[in-house]
Amino acid sequence: MRLTDLTLLELAEKLASGQTSSVEATRACLARIAQVDGKVKAFLRLDERGALAAAEASDARRASGTHLGPLDGVPVAVKDIFLTEGVETTCASRVLQGFIPPYDATVVALLKQAGMPIVGKLNQDEFAMGSSNESSAYGPCHNPWDLERTPGGSSGGSAAALAAREVFGTLGTDTGGSIRQPAALTNTVGLKPTYGRVSRYGVIAYASSLDAPGPMGRTVGDVAALLQVLARHDPLDSTSAAVDVPDYRADLEGGVAGLKLGVPREYFVEGMDPEVEAAVRAALAAYERLGATLVDVSLPHTKYALATYYLLAPAEASSNLARYDGVRYGFRARESKGLKELYGQTRDQGFGPEVKRRVMLGTYALSAGYYDAYYIRAQKVRTLIREDFTRAFSQVDAILTPTSPVPAFKLGEKVDDPLSMYLMDVCTLPCNLAGLPGLSLPCGFTRAGLPVGLQLMGRPFDEAKLLRIARAFEREHDFTRRLAPI
Amino acid sequence: MKLSVEQVRHVATLARLSLSSSEEERYAEQLSAILDAVAQLQELDVSGVEPTSHASLASALLREDAPKPSLTPDQALANAPARGGTSFAVPKILE
Repeated sequence: MRLTDLTLLELAEKLASGQTSSVEATRACLARIAQVDGKVKAFLRLDERGALAAAEASDARRASGTHLGPLDGVPVAVKDIFLTEGVETTCASRVLQGFIPPYDATVVALLKQAGMPIVGKLNQDEFAMGSSNESSAYGPCHNPWDLERTPGGSSGGSAAALAAREVFGTLGTDTGGSIRQPAALTNTVGLKPTYGRVSRYGVIAYASSLDAPGPMGRTVGDVAALLQVLARHDPLDSTSAAVDVPDYRADLEGGVAGLKLGVPREYFVEGMDPEVEAAVRAALAAYERLGATLVDVSLPHTKYALATYYLLAPAEASSNLARYDGVRYGFRARESKGLKELYGQTRDQGFGPEVKRRVMLGTYALSAGYYDAYYIRAQKVRTLIREDFTRAFSQVDAILTPTSPVPAFKLGEKVDDPLSMYLMDVCTLPCNLAGLPGLSLPCGFTRAGLPVGLQLMGRPFDEAKLLRIARAFEREHDFTRRLAPI
Repeated sequence: MKLSVEQVRHVATLARLSLSSSEEERYAEQLSAILDAVAQLQELDVSGVEPTSHASLASALLREDAPKPSLTPDQALANAPARGGTSFAVPKILE
């Protein structure tokens, strides 16, 4: 067995017992990346020197009998949307090429404070806008389960790096499903925390009222351990919540006996892949066998979530992305005459087609004459969607649905059809509109060997229960132990 | 809802995007299709519904207004495409 085949917690145990070192584990990751990443393309860039220095420091701590916590020395990687001091950060956009952040995102600083070497920056859709990793200005990422297929997006690199065992844990961000959908397509576990649970400081903004950074791992336990590092109140993010953080692994083996799990009829939509539906239905039946009660619930405004999201997110994006103007950092178009031309040409040349499409859509929705009809109306529908969840959660402990309506699709298949690409998020984006925690758990494979994900949604700040429910299924099945054929 | 190339050009101006004419035509077509899809929201009765502008589920906290170290001018200018002294340099502003 390769060192890189270990889960994050297995490696943590071996580090604690002295059976391996952080330098050895970090070198194993770098060797594995050198071996497979030419095909997977999960990494946009590596920080070998920084990672090895952090690993040596971790080993020195262990040798002197101390450590910074249970994950001290475990190598991880982060999506390129997170600012990393001194290490180029592009958000997979040409407009940020060469940008060297002067500070770390809070979550990056937390990983470092936990002693974890960060081996590099992971591929993603440009500015996290996309569901297939194909809008990356640096080329798509490939799914380790089938290299001709997408790993999902926008955190495609964060998911593919795990499935290819290039690193032991990753961070992604989820604005409309960007952690959960790639997790589902790559047989990994992805958690979108409650809005406010994990700091957004130093996370390049896409849609500020929806963006949620979160952990991704190969098992439920790995994700729980990573969340423990990330979840805390951050005074640098005014939307960070000052709420208690429980011990996420304390109750992990608590099982589901007596829990009520809601199954919303609106999520089993027309056009859903029959093999995805079958795997999800089988998982629901497994939960009944484990002692949970399935409850039929209704979230009647579900069908409006897609339209609501694709007005609100682009509107916020058009405002957030106004800062990329070629003046203070990143790319600047050459030979512009005058400031307006500098802005226009920098942005036209610096942004890719999907980013421009969303900036245009958002600008339109916010423009004079359309603001009330589109933007404000979408915010009102958002209220109705949130109220659906509040009603449902008065009856149930969690809600279970498919994560993605289809398994991994072929690269290039949907890239010229924005609306069909947007449909990939149909099951995940209501959770963002309501600010709730959501988790994607491996729950099966299609006959062609493609992974299927089960989505669990919970009450605000109830990540611990989602992890416990996910763990109950994982314990009875071997899906999260299966390795991609690469 | 069919968006004209003129409307696309107006939105591009607001968004500070110098689009090529082929981009203008493509976006007119694609944005029209997306707007048709989102027009579905018009069928809902939202009278009396308060808009939700934020997902925050906990009340926002303000930190103490105390001075703290921040970036030095050199750090702040380190990524500038062009600088002059302690300023960002841009082409002439007055036209």
